[in-house]
Amino acid sequence: MAVKGKSADHQWVDDHAGPVVRPYAVTGGRARPVTGTFDLISLVTATRRDVSPEPGLGPEHLAIVGLCQRMQSVAEIAAHLDLPVGTVRVLLGDLVARNLVQIREPHRAVGVSDHSIFEAVIHGLRAL
Amino acid sequence: MDYGHSERPSEAAILPTAIKILVAGGFGAGKTTLVGAVSETRPLRTEEVLTESGVGIDDISGVEAKRTTTVAMDFGRITISDDLVLYLFGTPGQDRFWFVWDELALGAIGAVVLADTRRLADCFPSIDYFEERDTPFLVAVNCFEGARQYRLDEVQAALNLDPEVPVLLCDARRRESAKEVLISLVEHALKLREARRRVG
Repeated sequence: MAVKGKSADHQWVDDHAGPVVRPYAVTGGRARPVTGTFDLISLVTATRRDVSPEPGLGPEHLAIVGLCQRMQSVAEIAAHLDLPVGTVRVLLGDLVARNLVQIREPHRAVGVSDHSIFEAVIHGLRAL
Repeated sequence: MDYGHSERPSEAAILPTAIKILVAGGFGAGKTTLVGAVSETRPLRTEEVLTESGVGIDDISGVEAKRTTTVAMDFGRITISDDLVLYLFGTPGQDRFWFVWDELALGAIGAVVLADTRRLADCFPSIDYFEERDTPFLVAVNCFEGARQYRLDEVQAALNLDPEVPVLLCDARRRESAKEVLISLVEHALKLREARRRVG
């Protein structure tokens, strides 16, 4: 019985727990950003060339600033840093709160009356 | 270095807008292949860690009591112009990850449902999903070597599709073919919008 209880306690520390622990360690246990929602295709650009380490900013924050010298989507940041999207959102919230990055929200096709974007996509794809 | 200017704030004015197209279909239907065929770079992979319920992930206390899982999405990027970037997202194939799709589908201009005629039923869930949400979509039949070729009307009938849903053949490995699929989708989405605007 005692053995069973013990194994239940430790059940989460199996192979499947691997990806869970590190991402939340990176965010200090936080699962939600302090600000912003960050769509997968929100575009992120750094507002500065580089940032010196300061309290509250970890290496992952600095890595995002470095990466976003060239504009990147939230999904691209997550892929390049090999972090889950949820983790990247938390880190981006910290950076937005410090004005270290600026965010461009994606176009919402729903409810938009002009068709110019659709036509631009069609022409752009033809020209590829 | 390709970013020689230091006056970053001025770039805000020319920050491009991003839009997305989904690529759905059953496991092994060629989603990542199609994304890779038209994207600028090889497909990237992004992951989301989810709890079993998949909702209310605002607190990780008690996470040890929940089963967690990682959902991977492959995606690619096509820079259309200086002010427009198109992202292609391959949707996770498993049914129980539809809550991820909800975020993916939000704001998507349309979806490509890739069908493999050897396992046609695999794309039923994708079709149901997009039909229910009024997301413009088309069905692209990926022509696998060795698979029996079906006529498009046979596929259309087998999938019980609305007659207005385009069905076309493609080879997801070929850039030109993948491009044609995307162009057809955006044309279809535009046509639907115009039709809806006339009605509404």
